[in-house]
Amino acid sequence: MSTANQSTAEPKRRIQFAFTDEQEQFRSALRRFLNDRSPTTEVRRLMATETGYDPAVWRQLSEELALPGIHVPEQYGGAGFGMVELGIVMEELGRALLCAPYFSTAVLAANAILNAGSEAQKAALLPDLASGARLAALAVTEPDGDWNPAAVAAVATPAGDGYRLDGVKSYVVDGHIADLLIVAARAPKTSGLEGLALFTLAADASGVKRRQLAAMDPTRKIAQIEFSGAHASLLGNLNDGVKAIQRTLDQAAIALASEMAGGAQTMLDSAVNYAKMRVQFGRTIGSFQAIKHKLADLLLEVELAKSAAYYAAQAAAANDPEWPALASLAKAATSETYLHAAAECIQIHGGIGFTWDNDTHLWFKRAKSSETFLGQPSYHRELLMQRWGV
Amino acid sequence: MSTMNETEVRAEVREWLAANWDPDLPLAEWRGKLADSGWGMPQWPKEWYGRGLPVGLARVVEEELAAIGAVGVARSGVRLLAAATILEHGSDVHKKRYLRRILTGEDTWCQFFSEPGSGSDLAGATTKAELKGDFWIVNGQKVWTTSAHHADHGLLLARTDWDAPKHEGMSFFIIDVKQPGVDVQPLRQMNGHASFNQVFFTDAKVPKENLVARVGDGWKVAMTTLAHERRGADGLPPPSKRGTRIGKIHAEEREETEKANQPYKWYPQRAGRVDLIIERAKETGANKDPVARQEIAKLMTLAKSAEWTARRARAAQRQGRPQGPEGSLGKLAASHVARACARVHTLMTGAAAMLTGAESPRDGIIAEILVSVPAVSIAGGTDEIQRNIIAERVLELPKEPRFDTGPFRNVRRN
Ligand SMILES: Cc1cc2nc3c(=O)[nH]c(=O)nc-3n(C[C@H](O)[C@H](O)[C@H](O)COP(=O)(O)OP(=O)(O)OC[C@H]3O[C@@H](n4cnc5c(N)ncnc54)[C@H](O)[C@@H]3O)c2cc1C
Ligand SMILES: Cc1cc2nc3c(=O)[nH]c(=O)nc-3n(C[C@H](O)[C@H](O)[C@H](O)COP(=O)(O)OP(=O)(O)OC[C@H]3O[C@@H](n4cnc5c(N)ncnc54)[C@H](O)[C@@H]3O)c2cc1C
Repeated sequence: MSTANQSTAEPKRRIQFAFTDEQEQFRSALRRFLNDRSPTTEVRRLMATETGYDPAVWRQLSEELALPGIHVPEQYGGAGFGMVELGIVMEELGRALLCAPYFSTAVLAANAILNAGSEAQKAALLPDLASGARLAALAVTEPDGDWNPAAVAAVATPAGDGYRLDGVKSYVVDGHIADLLIVAARAPKTSGLEGLALFTLAADASGVKRRQLAAMDPTRKIAQIEFSGAHASLLGNLNDGVKAIQRTLDQAAIALASEMAGGAQTMLDSAVNYAKMRVQFGRTIGSFQAIKHKLADLLLEVELAKSAAYYAAQAAAANDPEWPALASLAKAATSETYLHAAAECIQIHGGIGFTWDNDTHLWFKRAKSSETFLGQPSYHRELLMQRWGV
Repeated sequence: MSTMNETEVRAEVREWLAANWDPDLPLAEWRGKLADSGWGMPQWPKEWYGRGLPVGLARVVEEELAAIGAVGVARSGVRLLAAATILEHGSDVHKKRYLRRILTGEDTWCQFFSEPGSGSDLAGATTKAELKGDFWIVNGQKVWTTSAHHADHGLLLARTDWDAPKHEGMSFFIIDVKQPGVDVQPLRQMNGHASFNQVFFTDAKVPKENLVARVGDGWKVAMTTLAHERRGADGLPPPSKRGTRIGKIHAEEREETEKANQPYKWYPQRAGRVDLIIERAKETGANKDPVARQEIAKLMTLAKSAEWTARRARAAQRQGRPQGPEGSLGKLAASHVARACARVHTLMTGAAAMLTGAESPRDGIIAEILVSVPAVSIAGGTDEIQRNIIAERVLELPKEPRFDTGPFRNVRRN
């Protein structure tokens, strides 16, 4: 199986519209694991903790299922699969709302290193991420919340054998628990897409101040990180920085789209189950056409969203030149569907849907945080049009 | 079912095509060869013009035909729905008499289901058939009957028992349209075309042997027709024809399509013409308007996702997996795409979208999209009916409450 991270010279493989039997088995095993380890009682317990995850479960999903390195080539300690398998993992994690530093470490950080790092850096950094031994975070966005890399203001000034970093990063997923930080910054006196590159440093290096942000979605923790003269190393080289950042964000968009498709499915299932159970006016509410039609529409929407996420992952895995456009398409499509499905799920639950004890709001909040993360739907639709050359 | 695999099927059809395909054959003769060899409808049973292949492999055959530019069997209109119904419920006499002529294009069919009083609620039909001697005598009215004005045969759903409960008092017939008791009157649609008709039956005759299945089985048979209609509505185009050997047969096929299509010129517009969206965005300058760009992107996302969903359904079918929910959603998705297209096309075109004459953009096509799209969410089962079906069959939500039980005679109707 080829990975999405290999060069464009990789021979094209065909887009598949059905998962293989092996992929379906992998999905089932994963689902069993998550049903067991991430029931909502666990989600609720972990979201109330400072770190936001259970190290024992993280170890298990790393050691038994090899999930953090699923898409990392074998020579760097990974399982050597690609975007399609990463998509399956994310879809299942989204379905179960697992609280774990997977998106930050495996998706954002590992891909950033794969895309930008030199051979030596990949060999040095990736095995620990793939094995789950170290956690990592990618810091691109700043307090203005702009996901366009051109908006990066943090500066990396050459200093000795490395660089000194100055600036503030925000919305950094799992920034508060990461061991390793990967930071987007620019050369002094540059602007726009020029002079951008990625830098790495240990999270406990001097000149780094981290602060967890109080956030609406407690299932995915975010941090603000201040760098004042912190010593960092360049990841890869200065010329390919922008490309690597953009590629990393596009891959993350597909992974997040998969997670959102999974979450949307949970919301649909939950709404359907409740509609079959709840009786009003002497009938189950699922017998009212207003509810039946709402759910039929939602089913269509969720299937369409899944198709978008699956196709984008297939296109990336096949190195189809259109894949970055499709990443934006999938990100916009799934985020609107997820939030809509969560809102309808609350509505169908009636008064109980508005309570803290009902689980729906956990997914609703994840839906909203995922919708804004990596850029709102309108931002991605605009990117889609530009990438299609319209 | 045959146990051949994809490679074997490809090899065999290629060999057959190499020996038989000739672009200069008369169209009907070539289609006759396709029918007799079973390569025209490979998913049909061996004894009836097929080869007993699973549907997934039948698509492989379609691809092979397209790859060398070979013309396929006739597929237009409801002919294949008629064929599917006859294959499942018809007698051997029906199969012998009708199937081959359906495939060669010699006969055209129409569907006499809807009536002024019953559309969504097909089982409320009041057109009646009474057995007198060797003939069923038909009286009543059908409406919205596409193609009735040039069809040879019709699938007719009629009431044969007024005391039985609604769904049990119907029977299914094959009726000759070209006979004195059948009066076909074209109806003009809101888009100005006339592809459907109202049809009056006054002592029209159906030979006894043209009853399909048994008396009282009409509903069951009609459900087969409708299931095929829904399944076919995934909106995916057939594999595109390649091949370099162009002959007389292609001209004849083009001529046939053009003639048959006269009242149906608006059909591509009905689906919304998503194929023109990006071109028109550039042509009109709408691609410079940030609001229009958002609308275009939303529409294209919907259209692409619908296409991929249909392809997922087909891929599952090809692998012989049980159909997932994606297989029941095509018709509803197509309605959404069509409506969104009408909105975005007219948004991009602005004031000129109101023109239909010589100055109109694209020969009046933009306006025609707007006035043709409303058919999609009505014809072949409305969106609301699709939602009921999806909710009940896929999500397993409760059935609609019934107010039409007991003898049909006493059921409230229009
Ligand atoms: C913030 C808040 C404050 C409230 N304050 C008060 C208060 O002070 N006093 C008080 O008495 N109550 C109060 N309520 C309760 C509120 O009135 C009910 O929650 C509401 O009437 C819905 O009832 P339910 O929660 O039992 O949901 P259900 O009635 O079970 O409804 C569940 C779902 O089924 C749908 N449904 C139900 N029947 C039908 C039907 N016939 N056709 C179609 N769809 C149907 C509903 O629209 C809903 O989507 C409050 C609720 C909230 C959220
Ligand atoms: C272009 C075109 C071609 C056609 N070709 C043919 C043909 O060849 N042969 C043929 O037999 N028919 C044909 N039809 C008819 C078509 O199948 C019917 O129009 C359709 O099934 C709806 O029936 P109706 O028009 O009687 O509307 P009605 O059934 O009266 O529906 C009116 C409205 O009520 C809604 N409604 C009805 N029942 C329910 C329910 N249970 N729940 C919620 N809402 C409901 C409908 O969705 C619709 O919005 C064609 C129609 C069109 C537009």
